[in-house]
Amino acid sequence: MKYWRKPLDADTIKVPHGRIYVVKEQCKGCGFCVEYCPKDVLELSQEFNKKGYHSPVAVREEDCVSCGLCELICPDFAIYAELIEEDETTEETPNKTDKTEKAEV
Amino acid sequence: MNKPAAHLETAIVEQDTHPMADLLRMDRMPHIWCSGCGLGTGLTCFIMALKETGIPEDKVAVVSGIGCTGRVAGYLNLDSFHTTHGRGIPFATGLALANPDLRVVVYSGDGDLVAIGGNHFIHSARRNMDLMVVCVNNFTYGMTGGQAGPTTPISAKASTAPYGSYDYPFNIPYLAIASGATYVARWTSLHMRRLKNSMREALPKKGFRVIEIICPCPTAFARKNRLGSGLDLMKHYHDNSIIKHGADPREADIDMNGKVVCGTFLDIERPTFRDFQTENIAKQLGGE
Amino acid sequence: MGEERRVLTGEHFLTGDHACAEGGMAAGCMFFGGYPITPSTEIAERMSLRLPEVGGIFIQMEDEMASMNSILGAAWGGWKSMTCTSGPGFSLMMENLGLGIVLETPTVLVNIQRGGPSTGLPTLSGQADMMQAKWGSHGDYEIIALAPNSPQEIFDHTIKAFNLAEQYRTPVLVMSDESVGHMTEKVIIPPREELKLVPRNYTKKKPGEYLPFECGEDEIPEMVKAGDGYKIHITGLTHDKRGYPDISAEAQDWMVRHLMNKIQKNKKKIIEVERINMDDAEVVVVSYGISSRVAHRGMDLARKTGVKVGMLRLITVWPFPDYMIKELAERVKAFVTVELNFGQIALEVERYVAGKAKCYLVPHAGGDVHKPEDIAEAIKEAAK
Ligand SMILES: Cc1ncc(C[n+]2csc(CCOP(=O)(O)OP(=O)(O)O)c2C)c(N)n1
Ligand code: SF4
Ligand code: SF4
Ligand code: SF4
Ligand SMILES: [Mg+2]
Repeated sequence: MKYWRKPLDADTIKVPHGRIYVVKEQCKGCGFCVEYCPKDVLELSQEFNKKGYHSPVAVREEDCVSCGLCELICPDFAIYAELIEEDETTEETPNKTDKTEKAEV
Repeated sequence: MNKPAAHLETAIVEQDTHPMADLLRMDRMPHIWCSGCGLGTGLTCFIMALKETGIPEDKVAVVSGIGCTGRVAGYLNLDSFHTTHGRGIPFATGLALANPDLRVVVYSGDGDLVAIGGNHFIHSARRNMDLMVVCVNNFTYGMTGGQAGPTTPISAKASTAPYGSYDYPFNIPYLAIASGATYVARWTSLHMRRLKNSMREALPKKGFRVIEIICPCPTAFARKNRLGSGLDLMKHYHDNSIIKHGADPREADIDMNGKVVCGTFLDIERPTFRDFQTENIAKQLGGE
Repeated sequence: MGEERRVLTGEHFLTGDHACAEGGMAAGCMFFGGYPITPSTEIAERMSLRLPEVGGIFIQMEDEMASMNSILGAAWGGWKSMTCTSGPGFSLMMENLGLGIVLETPTVLVNIQRGGPSTGLPTLSGQADMMQAKWGSHGDYEIIALAPNSPQEIFDHTIKAFNLAEQYRTPVLVMSDESVGHMTEKVIIPPREELKLVPRNYTKKKPGEYLPFECGEDEIPEMVKAGDGYKIHITGLTHDKRGYPDISAEAQDWMVRHLMNKIQKNKKKIIEVERINMDDAEVVVVSYGISSRVAHRGMDLARKTGVKVGMLRLITVWPFPDYMIKELAERVKAFVTVELNFGQIALEVERYVAGKAKCYLVPHAGGDVHKPEDIAEAIKEAAK
């Protein structure tokens, strides 16, 4: 179910979903994105890129909340998320605070 | 940590699709910075902050000195000037005074800004020049291979301090405030959102603004001090930084194993060099 | 107050330093960043008074590295800019004179030379920075340097220096001396409309088409200023036409050759000399700045004793008029170089005479000027 550009509704909790894009050849495999993704979406791939680094793969992309932290922390402009949909849900609020907050002290 | 997302391959894309591609010189990527170097993270924060301010891109100029950090000017797709070691501030002074429509940012390293350029730094702060200074402090001279510098913590090893550095370091927020800066903040490169917010806050302001970024240099600093990778340093910042807005800058010294005090130390206003001069000269010349 | 105060048209009695400042004003200077040092301070003082009258900015920087950089920054901000210095200050400016050359930045640096080395003779004359002007910043480069010999000329030459800076997109030096800087003479400032000023050669290309170091046959790139949407990158590193660093022998070869060619290819347009009594000259006195005035008297004294002596007065010292010396060396007997040092420009003269005539030097350590009699003696000796 797609909820593209659905107006904000204060009564329901929206879970954003993100799609992850990796600029593989620009990644230097530092692992920042993997370590600090609040939803543990990412892992470093087993493969090497041309420069010999392991770039990340979104192993649990369905959990990505498009919080943008990976894009912000990546020192190599090698990863970003795009918001693809927002699900309405009654689950406990998955938000940007848990690990992000921890990451940012 | 093993269930692969079978339904979707991770999308591999070209560099120019990156949301920051418009503000970067993508034809110069990948940049020269090492894996795990925090410089790129700080730069990302700067680009995001700039976007959020809505300041038109062609009204921002970035001036750097020499060093790993000094390469920032070469990667930003803005009017950008890579000058000589330590001289970013005086170059930027002329640029900003000649063209008051520009927001001029000086983005450089600790050695550049407070060693060889230290005199320019304090005098520019004294004058309250209209400059935003981003000082990336990696506690070393990264570009030249990890010599001791003006911020190297006591006892830290460096290529020119094989027995440890016993040479008192500068505390940059304290130096900036004592010299007359009007906005002073410090963050580590792990405080991305807070750093970005600080930059967004400081960019439209007037006067001499200093943002210090404590930044991992795994290659030159960490290796000599056996501090591990860039990621290990980020974890170290995580465990050892404390946020204390309005803290007394005298308490912001950085030791090898102590706490890193972060936050906005100062945010005040006083007339800038240009405003102060023009106003008072105009009075005397009886001009408009 | 405003632009009407820019050109003080009329007849004045001015020191060389003040005349220099007025030259800067008349040329359209809007920015002066400097650091006080005798005997050039009066230029800075006069600019601090005059620039605010036209809406320009005077700033006393913290040192000469800062001064030099501030005028480069101001030039890229879109203003005509200048600084002045002397003695040790000139040494401190060398680092970023190099930056100005590599960034191809139009700006003007005035050196009112005093005696050196080191703190030397703060209040007394010298001409011993002439080689430093050409070779003092590290690396290979070409420079334009003018050597006025009177307050009127320092006024005129400061305007000329601004014009050359714009024409060739490069820093230009006015290599004057304490004697000229501190002498008071009549200076005529022409009406504004009679001044020939070269405006900045802003590109007509659009952003995206413009490259900051691209140039045609004449080797002179066009200019832009920050804030106009060109998003230029310029660097003191060896760079390509885009201004991007290129750390390779090939890029270095292109860039350094271009910097040299820009001046060398155009030198016949740049160089200005004054020829006095040259028609029948068998001995040629080569001199410049204050020394050329004393040498003129020495020449007159020698002429009275029957020596056929003429003078080649260098108005442009750099680029050096090598082709003129070569041509003269074919037909004259001897060259006598007169300068307040132990042989700097004399070396250039010798280099291009290349053994085809005799070369003499009348040296002087500085602190005073030569005695015309000593120069006359040297001329007579050379004529033998
Ligand atoms: C006048 C001068 N002296 C020395 C150098 C060599 N040098 C280049 S970068 C640098 C230090 C850079 O340290 P810092 O400013 O902290 O930047 P980092 O590389 O750590 O980001 C030095 C000493 C130079 N380029 N110019
Ligand atoms: S956008 Fe946020 S949740 Fe998604 S992968 Fe990046 S860091 Fe993880
Ligand atoms: S943060 Fe960037 S460079 Fe580091 S592993 Fe992730 S994508 Fe690669
Ligand atoms: S040497 Fe240090 S500061 Fe320089 S790029 Fe490498 S990690 Fe970064
Ligand atoms: Mg450093």
